[in-house]
Amino acid sequence: MKAVCWQGIGQIGVETVPDPQILNPRDAIIKVTSTAICGSDLHLYGGYVPTMYKGDILGHEFMGEVVEVGPGVTNLSVGDRVVVPFPISCGNCYFCEKELYSLCENSNPNAHLAEKMWGHSPAGIFGYSHITGGYAGGQAEYVRVPFADVGPLKVPDSLDDEKVLFLTDVLPTGYMAAEACDIKPGDTVAVWGCGPVGLFAVQSAKLLGASLVIAIDRFPERLGKATQAGADITLDYEEVNVLETLRELTGGRGPDSCIDAVGLEAHMHGATHVYDRVKQAMRMESDRPGALREAIIACRNGGVVSVPGVYGGFIDKVPFGSIVNKALTIKSGQTHVHRYMRPLLERIEKGEIDPSFIITHRLRLDEAPLGYEVFRNKEDECVKVVMKPGMDQPVAHVH
Amino acid sequence: MSTEPFETSTNLRPSSESAQYASPYTAYSEWSEGAEPEAEFESEPKIQPQQLSNFLGWFSIGLGLAEILAPRALGRAIGVGEHPGVMRALGVREIVSGLGLLSQRGTQAWAWSRVGGDAMDLALLGAAARRPDADPQRIAMAATAVVGVTALDIYASREIGQAEMPAQDEVISHSLAINSTPEALYTFWRNVENLPRFMGHLESVTSTGDRTSHWIARAPAGMSVEWDAEIVRDDPNEGLSWQTVEGSEIQHQGIVRFEPARSGRGTIVRVELRYVPPAGKVGVQFARILGEEPKVQIKDDLRRLKQLIETGEVATTRGQPSGRRSLIGRTTLGGRVQ
Repeated sequence: MKAVCWQGIGQIGVETVPDPQILNPRDAIIKVTSTAICGSDLHLYGGYVPTMYKGDILGHEFMGEVVEVGPGVTNLSVGDRVVVPFPISCGNCYFCEKELYSLCENSNPNAHLAEKMWGHSPAGIFGYSHITGGYAGGQAEYVRVPFADVGPLKVPDSLDDEKVLFLTDVLPTGYMAAEACDIKPGDTVAVWGCGPVGLFAVQSAKLLGASLVIAIDRFPERLGKATQAGADITLDYEEVNVLETLRELTGGRGPDSCIDAVGLEAHMHGATHVYDRVKQAMRMESDRPGALREAIIACRNGGVVSVPGVYGGFIDKVPFGSIVNKALTIKSGQTHVHRYMRPLLERIEKGEIDPSFIITHRLRLDEAPLGYEVFRNKEDECVKVVMKPGMDQPVAHVH
Repeated sequence: MSTEPFETSTNLRPSSESAQYASPYTAYSEWSEGAEPEAEFESEPKIQPQQLSNFLGWFSIGLGLAEILAPRALGRAIGVGEHPGVMRALGVREIVSGLGLLSQRGTQAWAWSRVGGDAMDLALLGAAARRPDADPQRIAMAATAVVGVTALDIYASREIGQAEMPAQDEVISHSLAINSTPEALYTFWRNVENLPRFMGHLESVTSTGDRTSHWIARAPAGMSVEWDAEIVRDDPNEGLSWQTVEGSEIQHQGIVRFEPARSGRGTIVRVELRYVPPAGKVGVQFARILGEEPKVQIKDDLRRLKQLIETGEVATTRGQPSGRRSLIGRTTLGGRVQ
């Protein structure tokens, strides 16, 4: 089969590899019909996540058709159309029983690596480095799905791929980030970053009853999509002073909740940006926390800073004094996707959410190298790339 | 040695612990049939190996700095003439050895690296003596000094080696919370033929009687080791203790306890293994070289047990497809890192 492989920092290639096999009783094999490039795949592309090896198959946002099931999978049949959560969860351990699926204790075969880095291991993740299991990902024609009796959710044929694909990651991730804010009527929520996760955080914050949602980015097309997602106000941080503007908009108090949907490759201005780039380049700091710092400083006393953005290692000059003295709550975590897929699917079926508005590029699988480049460079107003492995003919790029 | 993670366990921690053997099972010493650990070192060396390695470390760094900063003056002083390039290279070597010794990690290897360096120095002095710009008298003095230091280095390497050698009885312990009942875990473990399903180094265990069994383990370099074991204590649903029968090639003893975790959070499985490896110290060294680290092994084993009990399978990616691997990938992946 064809698969999108990591071939080094900044190098993506489509290689012909063996088809995946059932390796454990609870496995299934999925024929992938749609797969997306995630913003967090760009961290792998840029070499910011350790334990990547040449030949690793990428991709953790994918859906498709069941073509084979192991003897331990009784709830799926060949031919079922399913979306697959990006964390791999056993459904049996202490954390899975508490619906904290991204903390599954049993799905990471390389848990010892994660324990060295983080103290404890999270769940295994498809196509996301060996520290989270080294699982072959879903940017391929076929993919092996472990614990297939727990993760994959059947979707009705009435909804096409583009409406349900983002149940695998970015929609629940944005939703969980907003849910973590414990939004009350009258609340103001500020969202840093209007990529897919930020956009769904904006949309979810509105759904959960926020009175004022402020979206922050620097690309007009992304700010435009934020408005489409329901943002009341958009801020271009190249045009305005974000901290001052947020204070003005909230009568000096600051937003009740601040969501960092940017993560470890934050783009900032001036000296701090140079400082973080240099430290990151010298491997003295693994992550650049510009958005996080600003979110902490902006947040009102006693507020919530919610962090769906991905951080992998160590960050510098985080104003922890602000967290303590303003009594902030920090919420984060890889998304417990399994917990959100069903209720969000219902909202999609009812027409309350149509996640497909974020898609800007539709490509064939073998166009993946182009997709990664365009997405990383935010060229061509790119917000979300979806690849269709079954698609043979080139398709006009649609905005 | 560090303490076990469950500091607040009420019933496990013995009131007095020996430094080498800080494990909850000391409380169960009656389980171990008089196997209390013996004093680790029979007699203390006159000079503490650590003091010696620190001295040699600083000596290396001092000499190295002199070689790098004043190569010409030093060359003249020992009568070899001015060869700043060679002298600086030797200085770098000295500093690397010195820092290695001071790091207190793999000290023995660093000490032996000094012995190797001494040999190199003597060879260079010998070569220098034949050169026209040499001062034979000064070289002879320098060589005498190097021979003296070499003797000290060899002595240090051996002493440090003795101190680094683990006690003959290796005792390792580990514990892990498993989402199951003590009854289920006891039943699974009591059927000793299940052990190879999660103990990575075991080829097979065959039951040969109610309490006896025959074990085959994978040993380094494709060899296997076999022994017979018997259950010496059996507390249904609480724990087991087993040991090798007399005359076995390997002397091995294991204790497992299944302790209900608080507030119904499953069972904490506590394992303690004690064994005398084949051919004593040499066997341990050999196993270390090949990466068969017992502490790592027991951690991995218990994790596999947890996966097997909780999910019915062991998480793996072995056999999945990948693109073309580099040499680094091929050598790194497929072992403990999948």
